Amino acid sequence: MDVKIGLECHAQLLTKSKLFCPCSTDYHNAEPNTHVCATCLGLPGALPAVNRRALRYGIKIALALGCTVQPETIFYRKNYYYPDLPRGFQITQYDFPIAFSGLVRIESDGDDGGKEREIRITRVHMEEDPGRLVYKGTIDTATYALVDYNRSGMPLVEIVTEPDLKSPKEARIFLGKLRSILEYLDVFDGNLEGAMRVDANISIEGGERAEVKNISSFKGVEKALYFEITRQRNLLRRGLTVQQETRHYDEVRGITLSMRTKEFEHDYRYFPEPDLVPIRIAKYIEEVRREIPELPDEKKLRFIKRYSITREHANSLTFDIHTADFYEDVASKRDPKLSATWIADVLKGELNYRSISMREASTRISPDDFVTILTYLKTGVITDRGATEIIREMLDHGGKPEEIMEKKGLGSIGSEAIETAIEAVIKENESAVQDYHAGKKEALNFLVGQVMKHTRGRAEPKEVRTMLKEKMER
Amino acid sequence: MRTAIEVVEGIKSGAISCEELLSKIYERIAKSELNCYITLNKESALETARDVDKRREEEEFEQKKLLGVPIAIKDSISTKGIQTTCASKILTGYVPPYDATVIEALKQEGAIIIGKTNMDEFCMGTSTETSYYGATKNPHDLTRVPGGSSGGSAAAVYAGEAILALGSDTGGSIRCPASFCGVVGLKTTYGFVSRYGLIAYANSLEQIGPMASTVTDTALLLEVISAKDERDSTQIKIKNNAPMNYKFSWLNGTRSESDEIKGMRIGVPKEFLEGASLEVKKSVWDAVHTFEDLGASYEEISMRNLKYALASYYLIAMSEASSNLARFDGLRYGLREGKDEDWHTTFSKIRGEGFGEEVKRRIILGTYALSAGYYGKYYLKALKVRTLIKREFEDALKTHDILAMPTMPFVAFKLGERIKDPLSLYLADVNTVSINLAGVPSISIPCGASQGLPIGLQIVGKHFEEDRILRAAYGYEQNGC
Repeated sequence: MDVKIGLECHAQLLTKSKLFCPCSTDYHNAEPNTHVCATCLGLPGALPAVNRRALRYGIKIALALGCTVQPETIFYRKNYYYPDLPRGFQITQYDFPIAFSGLVRIESDGDDGGKEREIRITRVHMEEDPGRLVYKGTIDTATYALVDYNRSGMPLVEIVTEPDLKSPKEARIFLGKLRSILEYLDVFDGNLEGAMRVDANISIEGGERAEVKNISSFKGVEKALYFEITRQRNLLRRGLTVQQETRHYDEVRGITLSMRTKEFEHDYRYFPEPDLVPIRIAKYIEEVRREIPELPDEKKLRFIKRYSITREHANSLTFDIHTADFYEDVASKRDPKLSATWIADVLKGELNYRSISMREASTRISPDDFVTILTYLKTGVITDRGATEIIREMLDHGGKPEEIMEKKGLGSIGSEAIETAIEAVIKENESAVQDYHAGKKEALNFLVGQVMKHTRGRAEPKEVRTMLKEKMER
Repeated sequence: MRTAIEVVEGIKSGAISCEELLSKIYERIAKSELNCYITLNKESALETARDVDKRREEEEFEQKKLLGVPIAIKDSISTKGIQTTCASKILTGYVPPYDATVIEALKQEGAIIIGKTNMDEFCMGTSTETSYYGATKNPHDLTRVPGGSSGGSAAAVYAGEAILALGSDTGGSIRCPASFCGVVGLKTTYGFVSRYGLIAYANSLEQIGPMASTVTDTALLLEVISAKDERDSTQIKIKNNAPMNYKFSWLNGTRSESDEIKGMRIGVPKEFLEGASLEVKKSVWDAVHTFEDLGASYEEISMRNLKYALASYYLIAMSEASSNLARFDGLRYGLREGKDEDWHTTFSKIRGEGFGEEVKRRIILGTYALSAGYYGKYYLKALKVRTLIKREFEDALKTHDILAMPTMPFVAFKLGERIKDPLSLYLADVNTVSINLAGVPSISIPCGASQGLPIGLQIVGKHFEEDRILRAAYGYEQNGC
């Protein structure tokens, strides 16, 4: 049974002020209702005026997604009642969005084995975010809700895909790619709470489509979709019909619940916002196009070509713009392949383990620090283990590579000291040495381990192995 | 009663005490039976007046165009710190935390806000009878309506309860009461005056505008309120003209009145006279002949699309209103009565209690017109008709400098006479609504009376030719009735 998934992704734009008023967008750590004015509170008489920068960001995104930007765009009112919507309508776009028909390439892994897939973008439009409801306790147990309008009027761009995604996993990969592109454009920060919210449409061959609204994490999207596939399959298997409906995703329980069926769909009574005139955006297009940096796909190809690194490494390094920039800085000063291994495999692993982003990490570990570590490594001053140890220490407690190396005694020891250790180990493990001579190759591994123990890891295992062999063969 | 120009001169020279003038106005208001005001700004206004008297000779004050002029503000315009209700129960107690752009401009130029005037609830009416705060009475006959929706502003100016007033005009709301009360009222070209702070009834149609006892005062007030405003995207921004600096050089000129009119080509669209009463027709034709005597020429013309104007206007206005008024849910400001229940019940109850009958009628009709399946049939069609009407005005104004017609087809009617029959009230707007659909400027000035009740002459001009219709009105005012 074929699964078809389409997404509507709402991303908050990193402008300084809101979409229709001069209020600051920097509200994430602020007291409720402190970043508000007559316009974003919808006070009687206050009018919206479009933030041109937000519009340019929207156009930038549309161009980066390969869309055709329209010469003129119009804002509409979407009418519905909700306490977080202070005017009783949301200013959004309808028939005349900023752009239509784009394309995003993803590498679908899993069953398809890294196959490149093209996901079509239907349209890109701008809209304002409503406020936020805050419940004391949970939504089920709270006796009242509080409204925080700090978010009201935040600029959002909505990116709508065609139903081209074939699995929940692909949906997650797509969202990752989208986030990557938006961050490359420097118009979005995926780390901010609620920065991207997704409505997911899913249908299975033989059934109507269900829309799961307002999922706030990529993992949530994947989970909600898996749940939906199971739910819809079960219905079809039992000979029941899948109804067209809008569903809500319960993040705690990991299930979706029906909100309303087709006949109860809202009639939003869209009509052009009379307080805003149609906006000619044709004049921005070429200017904005010039501001678009190298995007992940191009960067990946360039990295492979220029630094002769593997496709996997290039993928991993270009996924996030901060990692890519970090890599390029390091690779321009030290062996690009070694840099790729240490950044893609080691550093990213350590960051994932700690759930911190490359951007956050950049205050603790700079490209130059990394160059120092790689230099030590390459010249044998430290071992692989030592290098890893330094990276961990820097991420957890800060400090500079040289200090940490000193303090923790991570510097590699010279071959004389290794020889002393080898001699001691040979003396202490006569039977193992005999086993080795008898042809038992495992004995060598054991002895190398013993030497490493003696040197507290400050020797390079490869070197130890060679020296040990030489010593015993002699 | 003094004009604003006399008041400004008198205050600047010291011949008039601003505080005394204002106190007299408040005394008159206190004794008045007209019910012009919903909210008075007495203490603050008197304090400002004392300040004006004290500092009138300072250079900064010397330059203010409306220094010390007491002005009445229609209650649809937001005033910081002064209750603004739009004459609705649902906004009772709402005190805006900000000033409309026009209010900022008035304060900047030294005008003093007397208070907020009565009106039809949310500007929805032609008689000021739909106000939650009771009807305003016509100063010429207390048993009659003052017109609407800016009835309080018009009556206040006529009765000396204000020197100047601001109104707002969505489909005739400045011109109708100006006509019924015998004052001057101007609706500007759409996009001429900033709407920032005007509580919206129908955004695409309405404008804030001046009301006064003379054409000169009207022009002076317009000069002040037409400042450029980035907060209103629908305001037309004229290049190299920031702020708009609308100057009426002719006000202080040496030209004679007839110079303003000599050579003007006047169009008289017969459809606008067809439904008018005999007295109104006569007065308007008399006015046209006065223009002729002053050197203008006239021609009777036909504007066939007028018959679609009312339907188009009401569909557009009600549709926009149904959306504009959605914000009034009692959650953030205004009426909040009784005990809170769940969200839907609470806001439904508040809206049920807070809105008057006419407002509910228009919200329901507008909601219907915007609904899926009806949008194309009603709203879109109304927009198409609007384009036709606009084009018809543009064509008529290609061959004519101004158009002349009655503002209202009849004089002020009796209180209670039409309020139970909404359709007859809607029909009364036939001559004014088409002007808003076309977006052209139009002024109503007194042009005679019938049984002691004033009749209004409406002069319509090309987009952004406020100057021309004001000059015509001025010329007529000096020679007319």
